[in-house]
Amino acid sequence: MTDPAPGPLLQLEDVHKRFGRTEVLRGITMSVAEGEVVAILGPSGSGKSTLLRCINHLERVDSGRVLFEGRLVGYRDKGGRLVEAPEAEIARVRARIGMVFQRFNLFPHLTALGNVMEAPVHVLGLSRDEARQRAAAVLERVGLGSKLDAYPAQLSGGQQQRVAIARALAMQPRLMLFDEATSALDPELVGEVLAVMRDLAAAGMTMIAVTHEMGFAAEAARRIIFMDEGVIQEEAPPAQFFSAPATERARQFLRRVSRP
Amino acid sequence: MPALAVDWTYIAQNFFSEIVLRGVWMTLQLSVIGMALGILLGTLFALARVSRQPVLRGASLGYIWFFRGTPLLVQIVFWYFALPQAWPSWAPWNGQLSPFQTGILALAINEGAYMTEIVRAGIQSVDPGQMEAARALGMTHRLAMRRIILPQALRVIIPPTGNEFIAMLKNSSLVSLISVRELFLVAKLQYSSTLLYFEWLIIASGWYLILTTIGSVFQFWLEHRYGAASFGPGAGRRWLSFGAKE
Repeated sequence: MTDPAPGPLLQLEDVHKRFGRTEVLRGITMSVAEGEVVAILGPSGSGKSTLLRCINHLERVDSGRVLFEGRLVGYRDKGGRLVEAPEAEIARVRARIGMVFQRFNLFPHLTALGNVMEAPVHVLGLSRDEARQRAAAVLERVGLGSKLDAYPAQLSGGQQQRVAIARALAMQPRLMLFDEATSALDPELVGEVLAVMRDLAAAGMTMIAVTHEMGFAAEAARRIIFMDEGVIQEEAPPAQFFSAPATERARQFLRRVSRP
Repeated sequence: MPALAVDWTYIAQNFFSEIVLRGVWMTLQLSVIGMALGILLGTLFALARVSRQPVLRGASLGYIWFFRGTPLLVQIVFWYFALPQAWPSWAPWNGQLSPFQTGILALAINEGAYMTEIVRAGIQSVDPGQMEAARALGMTHRLAMRRIILPQALRVIIPPTGNEFIAMLKNSSLVSLISVRELFLVAKLQYSSTLLYFEWLIIASGWYLILTTIGSVFQFWLEHRYGAASFGPGAGRRWLSFGAKE
């Protein structure tokens, strides 16, 4: 790193986001340190996914700021006024932040290997040989070393999501965002994806995971952020959050999710 | 039953005559070049149509509105006769563009308007999640279009494009009006002097049928290779790769 930025890897300051008349995020302030694993919990419609999408500027924030590695994401500060940054600049930031989607969004016209090689070749400018080696290595890491030439349609949901994780990892991101990565999977396939996520967390990857998997949140996360109605209601280490939630909303939420 | 007064021997003798073959070749050139340029224009205007720039979107809409909304025949005559009259100072019109070049220009610009809508529909048929995933990986809009969206859009684009090409083969006969000696004009000149209308129109139609049949077979082949084929084993090699090194 050219600039060993002191302070958190990611910082959100009073972030607001609205869709039409609905204010989805109503002032989010949080920070994530390098190596930290954060699980964002909350009922559906609480703004968790939107928050995640604001971090890499897939959604524009209406006010407030997002700082990654100490620099504004998506905007430039022109004398106090924020102006949207040029596309190439936003793309460079995104290349350093991996994202895994609920519905995988693999490229159906490319093989597993092709999916993973695509961005290293065309965004990072790696040679095809380098990219192939790197892609094969990350696919091996997520347990798909034998599926390099398979097309997404030939893979199970769990395998597809692992390819999607490999695709993000091949960019060697400093931060990984997981947007309900296991919600679209059949129950028996959730485990293999969570296992990969646990391995990543154990290896020191900085992660923010929006999830409904309480087991994963309790074991892998260092911190729980509980959201409801567009605000952070509560922030605590998992042990504390799950045993003694501070807010009534969190207690209600936990009662609903832990007892099906 | 009275026999048809048609000289079949005359048709057979002239079907492969040099003058006819020249007309066929001209029709083929007009159609293939016109179509290729039309696809290029259509792709560019379709990208403008789905862009975030209101000016580009407006330009694309205006283009479609005008060139799809006026007859091709009028456009051909307009390019060749009306524009040089109204704008004599612009050199290209001043005798530098041949009837053939003007014909291709007219066919391509007209075709581009239809292709714009076809390519736009193809682009919009691709799951928006594909663009999101591409952008989350650090791709610019342009790169994502080229590498991720357009290759998938081809499935939807190819079948109607085949139709367009068939239509183009026939529409190219309209440039006979600006004296491009394509298949129909050749037939017309011949029947005017010989008064053998039936024979010459049979010859022309026979050739149009041959060309459109070849076009249909080509479309069928394309669709199976790139279009209707589902994503699966071996599909990657069959896909047109845009700018790939392999």
